Amino acid sequence: MKFELPTIEYAYDALEPHIDARTMEIHHTKHHAAYTNNLNVAIEGTEFSSKSIEDILTNISKAPLAVRNNGGGFYNHNLFWRVISPNGSGFPKGKLATAIDKSFGSFNKFKEEFNIAATTRFGSGWAWLVKNKEGKLIVTSTSNQDNPLMDIAEIKGNPILGLDVWEHAYYLNYQNKRPDYINAFWNIVNWNEVELRYND
Amino acid sequence: MKFELPKLPYEADALEPVISRKTIEFHYGKHHQAYINNLNNLIAGTEFENSKLEDIIIKSDGGIFNNAAQVWNHTFYFQSLSPNGGGKPQGELATAIEENFGSFEAFQNQFAQAAATQFGSGWAWLVKKENGKLEITKESNAGCPLTKGDIPLLTIDVWEHAYYLDYQNRRPDYISSFWKLINWDIVESRY
Repeated sequence: MKFELPTIEYAYDALEPHIDARTMEIHHTKHHAAYTNNLNVAIEGTEFSSKSIEDILTNISKAPLAVRNNGGGFYNHNLFWRVISPNGSGFPKGKLATAIDKSFGSFNKFKEEFNIAATTRFGSGWAWLVKNKEGKLIVTSTSNQDNPLMDIAEIKGNPILGLDVWEHAYYLNYQNKRPDYINAFWNIVNWNEVELRYND
Repeated sequence: MKFELPKLPYEADALEPVISRKTIEFHYGKHHQAYINNLNNLIAGTEFENSKLEDIIIKSDGGIFNNAAQVWNHTFYFQSLSPNGGGKPQGELATAIEENFGSFEAFQNQFAQAAATQFGSGWAWLVKKENGKLEITKESNAGCPLTKGDIPLLTIDVWEHAYYLDYQNRRPDYISSFWKLINWDIVESRY
């Protein structure tokens, strides 16, 4: 199976001023496209070529490094484009809201914990909200293109919200000010999508 | 001892068009400065408060290591560059590069390959090993050859902040332009 670069369901400028059009376009058509192409090259003619991306990632300890880096990059960006939206912001609702309150004390406490994870991830990586096997919500971060689906991850589970903190995700717009980018992110979180992933 | 941001040996716009003034202003003025501030804050009241930077790098880990090594790496990187750089190494260093890599071009290819394939944030290095041999290595994030007992001779910063304003995703273009800025006199003196 050849993996394909997904289309994004909103225009590149739709997330401005939080994420600028140029960043979106380069991020999608260059970075995400490169991970997709490199993943296809890395799995061609191997046992991984017939597997779903989820199957590949949950058994990533058996895969070469190029599959880990590019498979992670492919999956993580797929998720990222869907959990942000021009119609985002606000608060989680329903069961997800209850689960966040239960796991973190309050929505604000959850945000604080997520902000710390995103700010303190040294170098390139991602901050995540994860639903683990027991249904519990956990905030974590991973380096480079690793993610919580991977069997090598310290905190394992289903990522239901992710924030890209590679510098390429924010440098044109925010430069060294990663915390400003993280604050802006909350204005575009697509909580409907996060809730679907939680209920899944 | 409080660490201080060392002066740049050239103006912020002196490396244009290879590295823009804007990149230097953020890279040196914000990132390098932030590592220094963080390091000073982190070591206050610890066993490292009066240590030399090199000793902190060798003995510490976690946040102190990250910031100390990034202070050292950036100082080393900025000092390796010059508006009058480029060309080829001379003298004993030139001979050593030919002996170890076959030719200057073969060395350049190998160094560029290391820089291009460092996944995520990090650095590529030319180092002199304890036995005198030259070697090309790459390190992720704040990695620094001092921790392995190697003598660093040259480095390129491949954190995206080093080139993203000027080259965006085109890291290979940044790497190929970088050769125009190398101050081989400094690299040779380190050798």
